[in-house]
Amino acid sequence: MHSPIPDDYSASCAPAIALRGISKRFGAVKANNDVDLTVARGEIHGIIGENGAGKSTLMSILYGFYEADSGSISVKGELVDIKNANDAIAVGIGMVHQHFMLVDNFSVLENVMLGAEKSFSLATSVSQTRKALSALSDQYGLAVDPDAITGDLPVGLQQRVEILKALYRGAEVLILDEPTGVLTPQEVEQLFDILNTLREQGVSVLLITHKLQEVLAITDKVSVMRAGTMVAERTTVDTSKEELAELMVGRKVLLHVDKSPANPQQTLLDVVDVSWTDPRGVERLKSINLQLRAGEIVGVAGVSGNGQTELLSLLAGIAPVQQGHLNVCGTRVDATSLLDAKSFRHLGVGHVAEDRHRMGMVSAFSARETAIMGFEESDAYKSSGVAGALGLMSSSRVTEHCETLMAQFDVRPADPHLKSANFSGGNQQKLCIAREMEHQPKVLLVGQPTRGVDIGAIEFIHQQLVELRDAGSAILVVSVELEEVMSLCDRIVVMSEGRIVGEMESNEADAQRLGLMMGISSTSETRT
Amino acid sequence: MSQKTLPVWVDIALIPLINVLLAFVVAAGVIVLIGENPLEAVNIMLMGAFGYDEGIGYTLYYTTNFIFTGLAVAIAFHAGLFNIGGEGQAYIGGLGVGLMCLALDAWLPWYLLLPLAIFSGALFGALWAYIPGYLQAYRGSHIVITTIMFNFIASALMVYLLVNVLIQPGAMSPESRRIADNATLPFMHEVFGAIGVDIASSPLNVSLFLALICCVFVWLFIWHTRWGYAIRMIGFNEQAAIYSGINTRRMVVLTMCISGGLAAMVGINEVMGAQERVVLDFVAGAGFTGIAVALMGRNHPVGIIVASMLFGALFQGGAELSFEISTITRDLVVVIQGLVILFCGALAYMVRPTLERIFARVSVEKEL
Repeated sequence: MHSPIPDDYSASCAPAIALRGISKRFGAVKANNDVDLTVARGEIHGIIGENGAGKSTLMSILYGFYEADSGSISVKGELVDIKNANDAIAVGIGMVHQHFMLVDNFSVLENVMLGAEKSFSLATSVSQTRKALSALSDQYGLAVDPDAITGDLPVGLQQRVEILKALYRGAEVLILDEPTGVLTPQEVEQLFDILNTLREQGVSVLLITHKLQEVLAITDKVSVMRAGTMVAERTTVDTSKEELAELMVGRKVLLHVDKSPANPQQTLLDVVDVSWTDPRGVERLKSINLQLRAGEIVGVAGVSGNGQTELLSLLAGIAPVQQGHLNVCGTRVDATSLLDAKSFRHLGVGHVAEDRHRMGMVSAFSARETAIMGFEESDAYKSSGVAGALGLMSSSRVTEHCETLMAQFDVRPADPHLKSANFSGGNQQKLCIAREMEHQPKVLLVGQPTRGVDIGAIEFIHQQLVELRDAGSAILVVSVELEEVMSLCDRIVVMSEGRIVGEMESNEADAQRLGLMMGISSTSETRT
Repeated sequence: MSQKTLPVWVDIALIPLINVLLAFVVAAGVIVLIGENPLEAVNIMLMGAFGYDEGIGYTLYYTTNFIFTGLAVAIAFHAGLFNIGGEGQAYIGGLGVGLMCLALDAWLPWYLLLPLAIFSGALFGALWAYIPGYLQAYRGSHIVITTIMFNFIASALMVYLLVNVLIQPGAMSPESRRIADNATLPFMHEVFGAIGVDIASSPLNVSLFLALICCVFVWLFIWHTRWGYAIRMIGFNEQAAIYSGINTRRMVVLTMCISGGLAAMVGINEVMGAQERVVLDFVAGAGFTGIAVALMGRNHPVGIIVASMLFGALFQGGAELSFEISTITRDLVVVIQGLVILFCGALAYMVRPTLERIFARVSVEKEL
């Protein structure tokens, strides 16, 4: 598991990367606060932390997407000034993004060459790149057909192309941002083999992740980030999952949610044989059957990208039903229905979006404007009298409404006029959840309830969801955090490759069993 | 998008001011190159635009047009749409105004005709913007391309109509007959004359008030109605709008129609006011100037009024300048106007990073 450190290590005394005192502020949020990080040559260095801990910001600074407000970066002992990605590449830093930066309809060779053509003549560049590519493939054991069209390749191979791209540009430090989020278990193993080879060849790897078992399996050292600061560095062999988890959240992980046993009543949302194909022709949902009953919280567990997002869109009325049908609080919805997200809201479906920055709120809106999203047509925000009849909204009513929500959900700062972007993740999420819960939804869909949310807010949010359940709502929680699903939900379904591959009561669930199910591919389907 | 924040007054006042000054510095360089004194030129321009009654009248007359087109560009911009077609929408809108006036001017006085003309003009302008809006929303054609093309179509259509249909029998110039006197908008000098205040005559007419009313309308619509809320949400984050259940396609079309309707109000100022007939090319670039006005005015009605005044002054002062100094031709005045548009529009954000750095340093020093 841990290969010997290369012989020439002692010769090169300077670390591959040394970050000193890096700080970066976004509005009111200190994304990075005086962060130090040292990565030796030929070392796989894990950086772990919760969502929003500042890992991605730190890597973006290293790769030149952001400039740090203060602090310094040294590469192989020399101070460097990294202003953009080209500067980073020039000093030998390569990055593999979570979402690949590849041109789908280019061949592998063209993708590797793009932006780093060695010659003015394309033909010369191609032949040179082809030679270099085959040398790299041999050296690092990264076999990819250079003439394959990138978009046709499976995700694991596309990631390989990203790694090759970085190596072709002379990367000696490779940043991998959540590399396993989209991979199958086999692909993860192959990736780890590649990383081991890279380490043997003297390449340093920075592995950004929030999955503890991966960090323990592959890294030499681990740095833990929490709330923008670097809280600890450990040698992997000397640490444990428990210690890392505690460091990440800043206290013993006791993700226990206080709740009474569920008392499920009538079915409020019935999903019958629903399949869904995205515009590119990929079948994202395959014959989904699912019932949500009043008074229960159902969790959807799974590696992200296995159809959970599509399921949420469909149940919220954002994506149209194509095959099968839904029964939403007594209303049948099928491919012939012309219902949008607004109609679903009227039927009693609340929806806390998985990605609040992309969907659930408008960063440029003030909090009071974000707080009425989806309900802007409500009479509650209309001016009274003639002005209201003419369609004018009452500014004071919108503000008061936001103040009420902020007080109920303890949103801080309680300033309805502050731009939504300037709240912390937890407070943004509390505002979004407050908005969706305000109208007593019969069905509440919650995507990643605590993504990028601080610990204090997590407890509060969980508590609110349980209260809503006890008031007789049906709640569907989609989360990539297994602990959250297990502790918050009453019943758990597991999604893999667009199917529901398993279902169990949460008191029967444990991480191992869920993990096994999440890795099930369509060829080895089992049901419990 | 920039992550750094600047004080509000820098954003809305200092940056535009710096841009205008930069434009004038470069323009001064051009004037020096042709051997004239730039200070004298500035003096003539300022005096021409604001120095006497008639000059002020002309300045405000141009301002009226720019307010309409500036608002048109701004409202589309709030929905994330770049409406380059204000020129054509104003032109076709003017046709709507003209047809209504020509049809009814024998029977109705101006104050009864005005609402009808506004309606008809707005309808024509909105229809002209509806087509690019529909194509954008439902067919994916890019609004910038289609609105630009519709300017040319509008221009060709108007030439055809004026030469072949609307022309007075026997007349030489391609223009419609005059609208009856009692059906045209009163000039401002007539209004003031009626209350005993004597001011010099200019094409400035009561449509300036309509422009100000439109500013209030746009302000209320964008920031105080749910439609404006939806429009801004689409402009900021279309995904969030879909999530909220807003019919984004319908809103895109609606926004374009309102935008076209606002641009069409140029027709009220020109056809029913200044020209008193439909003439060739009466929009005279106001549609394009509106883009710079909206950019400079930060898509806010107050900013648009200020920016419109600036461009109105540039047009009027520029005309004066080419009249006073013979070596500064009409074309050079266009160069100066072009420079202001360049610096305030295309290069609007050029000085921003520098200012951000300066203010960041200042605030750091304060903290220390």
